[in-house]
Amino acid sequence: MFDNFIPNITRVLGKYWALFLQGAGYTLLLSFITVFFGTVLGSFLALMRRSRFKPVSVLATAYVELIRGTPLLLQLYFFYFMLPEVLPMLNLSKFACVSIALLVNSSAYVCEIVRAGIQAVDSGQTEAARTLGLNARQTMLRIVMPQAVKNILPALGNEFVTVIKETSLASTFFVGDLMTGYSTVRGSMYLVLEPLIVVGVIYFLLTFSLSKVVASFERRLKTSD
Amino acid sequence: MIETVNLRKSFGKLEVLKGISEKIEQGEVISIIGPSGSGKSTFLRCLNLLERPTSGDVIFDGVSLTGKGVDINRHRQKMGMVFQLFNVFPHLTVLENVTLAQVLLKKKSKQAANQYALELLARVGLTDKAEEHPRRLSGGQKQRLAIVRALAMDPEVMLFDEPTSALDPEMVGEVLQVIKDLVLGGMTCVIVTHEMGFAREVSSRVLFMDDGRIEEQGSPGMIFDSPQSPRTQAFLSKVLR
Repeated sequence: MFDNFIPNITRVLGKYWALFLQGAGYTLLLSFITVFFGTVLGSFLALMRRSRFKPVSVLATAYVELIRGTPLLLQLYFFYFMLPEVLPMLNLSKFACVSIALLVNSSAYVCEIVRAGIQAVDSGQTEAARTLGLNARQTMLRIVMPQAVKNILPALGNEFVTVIKETSLASTFFVGDLMTGYSTVRGSMYLVLEPLIVVGVIYFLLTFSLSKVVASFERRLKTSD
Repeated sequence: MIETVNLRKSFGKLEVLKGISEKIEQGEVISIIGPSGSGKSTFLRCLNLLERPTSGDVIFDGVSLTGKGVDINRHRQKMGMVFQLFNVFPHLTVLENVTLAQVLLKKKSKQAANQYALELLARVGLTDKAEEHPRRLSGGQKQRLAIVRALAMDPEVMLFDEPTSALDPEMVGEVLQVIKDLVLGGMTCVIVTHEMGFAREVSSRVLFMDDGRIEEQGSPGMIFDSPQSPRTQAFLSKVLR
């Protein structure tokens, strides 16, 4: 079976390179949407978790624990079937439903990233700001957040890398991502391993180069400290 | 100026302050000495409510700070504080460290704040560092910056929490000199310190704290030369060798 391996890969690439390219594009788009809105929602959740008003922080904590404690695939199914049912007037596309599931999932992890980033700022900074007379909000905005961002950004970069891999689960619903491309090729060429190798290499190139970028960015932030 | 009334503070089951009633008048320079764990820092941090007293009260300029509806942020502007670990803001330049609160809280123009900041920085010899970030400063320079940052708010009183304890020995002098200059300028100061020589030199009154209480107090001469309480004697015999 290995006799035809290399020729088969060449054939797969020759015939379907455009599909793979498009799939990689969709994967990146899906990941970007997920991390971007996941960050917005996650930051909001992190603030809720820090709220002194108990019900608010309990609600946010419950959300985070629930999302982190159930499988992503389950959440994908849940939103895929639930959203069109509950919000039929929005006429959400498959892609939209899957995006929402992914970003809801990511927001729980981002919440913890933001929370940890804020907690890592020395409490002496808060004390110094408060003794100058800054109120809690001014202290957060002017003193704590600018320093926390340095902890948060690299972690968000890593979250992006993780999400790129997790979006492969979205192919369950044929949303056009890289893994969907694999299913298409497998079905039409009756080849299982060859397209899998191709897709694997593309995933690896995406995540490897991105984590290198994140690492160098992290080094730059460190030296500017 | 500042009065504490039966001030108590517990952390969980541990009672750190066991009822302190004390008055600090304008123009006084008070050193608080005592063994570690005696509650000196906690007492100081209660004065601007960085620690909320478990019971008792702090009265500043006639206002009860623990009262409901008191805008503590407004009162804190008038009480400068300097920490053992400096706590300068690493993401701001030296100049911005000093101007931030002036612009934000005193509603000064950027220009006026800069001018005042440079004036203060010149007083402690940091003019040429104004545009640097604090990471380029030595410990002594960071602490001088922290003092100037507090002074920029024109406080009525300065609270020092072991301001030289984290410094390399060769930098202690430069920081003490800045505090001395402040004292000579008439600033009311409360200083928690382990520098006995310094306490003796600058204080108008020395408080010796032990086990959450003020065990003994008096002029530097009285405390250092003829302490009455056996605990004070024991402590001083250990630190003054």
